[in-house]
Amino acid sequence: MSQPLRIVLLYSAMLAAIAAVGLVQSWPLALSILNLCLISAIMALGVNMQWGYGGLFNVGIMGFAALGGVAGVLVSQAPRPEAWAAGGVGLVSALLSLGVTVVLASYGRKLLPEKLRGIGTVLIIVIGYFVMRRFFYPAVDAIEAQNPAQFGNIGGAGAPIILSWIVGGLFAAGAAWLIAKIALGLRSDYLAIATLGISEIIIAVLKNEDWLTRGVKNVSGLDRPVPYEIDLQRADWFIGWAQSLGMDTVEASTIFVRLCYAALFLGVLVILMWVAERALNSPWGRMMRAIRDNRDAAAAMGKDVTARHIQVFVLGSAVVGVAGAMLTTLDGQFTPGTYNPLRFTFLIWVMVIVGGSGNNWGAVLGGFLIWFTWVQAENWGPMAMEAVTGWMAADSALRAHLLDAAPHMRLFIMGLVLLVTLRFFPRGLVPEQVRR
Amino acid sequence: MDLLNAFVLFSNFVLVPGVVYGSQLALGALGVTLVYAVLRFSNFAHGDLMAFGTAGVILFTWWLQSMGVSAGPLPTALIALPVGILAAVLMSLLMDRTVYSFYRKQRSAPVVFVIASVGVMFVLNGLTRLIIGPDDQRFADGERFIIRARDFEAWSGLEEGLALRTTQVLTVVVAIIIVIALFRFLNHSRMGKAMRAYSDNEDLALLSGIDPAKVVFWTWVIAAGLATVAGTLYGLDKSFKPFTYFQLLLPIFAAAIVGGIGNPVGAIAGGFVVAFSEVTVTYAYRRVVEYVVPGWEPDGLLQLLSTDYKFAVSFLILVVVLLVRPTGLFRGKVI
Repeated sequence: MSQPLRIVLLYSAMLAAIAAVGLVQSWPLALSILNLCLISAIMALGVNMQWGYGGLFNVGIMGFAALGGVAGVLVSQAPRPEAWAAGGVGLVSALLSLGVTVVLASYGRKLLPEKLRGIGTVLIIVIGYFVMRRFFYPAVDAIEAQNPAQFGNIGGAGAPIILSWIVGGLFAAGAAWLIAKIALGLRSDYLAIATLGISEIIIAVLKNEDWLTRGVKNVSGLDRPVPYEIDLQRADWFIGWAQSLGMDTVEASTIFVRLCYAALFLGVLVILMWVAERALNSPWGRMMRAIRDNRDAAAAMGKDVTARHIQVFVLGSAVVGVAGAMLTTLDGQFTPGTYNPLRFTFLIWVMVIVGGSGNNWGAVLGGFLIWFTWVQAENWGPMAMEAVTGWMAADSALRAHLLDAAPHMRLFIMGLVLLVTLRFFPRGLVPEQVRR
Repeated sequence: MDLLNAFVLFSNFVLVPGVVYGSQLALGALGVTLVYAVLRFSNFAHGDLMAFGTAGVILFTWWLQSMGVSAGPLPTALIALPVGILAAVLMSLLMDRTVYSFYRKQRSAPVVFVIASVGVMFVLNGLTRLIIGPDDQRFADGERFIIRARDFEAWSGLEEGLALRTTQVLTVVVAIIIVIALFRFLNHSRMGKAMRAYSDNEDLALLSGIDPAKVVFWTWVIAAGLATVAGTLYGLDKSFKPFTYFQLLLPIFAAAIVGGIGNPVGAIAGGFVVAFSEVTVTYAYRRVVEYVVPGWEPDGLLQLLSTDYKFAVSFLILVVVLLVRPTGLFRGKVI
């Protein structure tokens, strides 16, 4: 089967599956699945850039997605001048001293004489740390004391939340650049361990730094880029429109809002897809594949392998950051406690591997397919378990335990899907095409 | 007197927990380092293998407890340990047969092994949760303390007490026995020598008639055994929760890399470096300082980092080692 035909068939089957959910279960549910499918597809696209183009193994996707979420808060929340008045100076001074420390330490390593280098750098960092603390903790206490029940954080810029999609990408790119500077250029395993670590740290910071994002108290009621259902239900034009379609106004408003989100997300996906395809089929894309397949040969041809790796790592992470910001926008709230590496890192990996690494169409399809399965498996797991354990006595302890545990079947099945694909279909559903 | 008080306080909250946690990490890191040395990949499933083996131990412990069997003052889990080890070994061998051996034959890139190990991690994680559930489980029994804080205060007449829990002593004793046995095996037995030879130079080892299948078999047996022992000791000392074990992966990797990955001595040293860094950096020194410097009452807790940032410590150590000495303290393989 030719590749375009394959893509068309698989994509139509996927859309048909979502439509079937709409017909059998409900349309609002189908649309909410579609929205998350779109976001997952964008995340998969980002990971595909790193793994598919560059051959870089990043297991810190959760962290980059969370950074995108932070952008959602910092961009859209109303500014809180009283918090800035209370601790702004201290906070900025702390950040400045951190910056100065980093600059001094990195120059120190270069400029100090050989013998003093190690001890000098450590000294600079230790002094810098204590200077930073001096400003940081009083400032944080002052900020967190401001109306802690409702806010207790520095607020945001009060800008439309849609801007956060770009800012989230920039946040993630910045973090990715730092990691790449440290960990790339060494063996691949190291990047994996480093990214795993950094993502856990990002989540730890987000959970604990209440002054930034209220920590585990969550930020809810974020701005929305689409109208509120309640306003629609009161608007005359909408009521007329719903009646002309013969629909209930409440359901129609839910569907309308979700369609708005879907349109926005689809727009982002289309743009990113267009860029990604152009990049992959350009000289740059060929160079990336060459580096991936044989880095020594590429280096011998004069390509700067490490610089290209950093570049593609930063780009891919930025795309994940955009998707993270979109997710926070869709949820309307930022909840650091919900970031879990299984859901936000390894599930995305399953998407890319199953879809077809190195092929953007494959990665997007994988995003749709795996998210769809993941959500539906929530129902299938217990249903299957119910059927399997049907013969046992109704009050059997084993049966109760198995039914309780059924939701965890998802993890097991996802692992199995990853292993089976990797083993028997290593190129995925839509394999990478190599043009000669 | 104040200095003694300060020392007891410091021992109680830093020294003893550091040694105990260090032993647990060292056992975990030994497993990671062995797999790395022989099979040449970073095994992301090690944390979940720990969880799986420990779940086996816990289930068998419960069964023993329900049968009225106990180990007297020691935790019953010690009797159940071999069963858990067996479960973990069988699971590892099954995973090797079904997953890793294929890529070994293909001579796939290390990163493919790592991704496969992520798949295995998922499967083990799901299985563990399926078997024992995602919640906290406590399974320690027997005598809780060897020295109670109050008894120590009465005996020494100090203001601060030193408590020594059975599980803490047990951890250190078991770890020492295991490490000695492991080193005797690696340095003196025929199989241990074969494993080291295979790790040093695969082609040369094959040429001299070493059976690679046996080497791989014994590597998994030892790695799974170490993982289960480490997991059980950690679970006895703190508590068992599948997700916590997954998160232990980071300090364990940090320990293996700090010491020099592929180097068993390094793994042990690395375990203690990471453990002590974590504990010393996140401990609040206020009361120790009050004893040492009489008359000075600090405003804060004198804590360098909040305990929530213990991951950051492992990570920071990793980065520093990478920048300053990429092969680790004991010259492992470069990764």
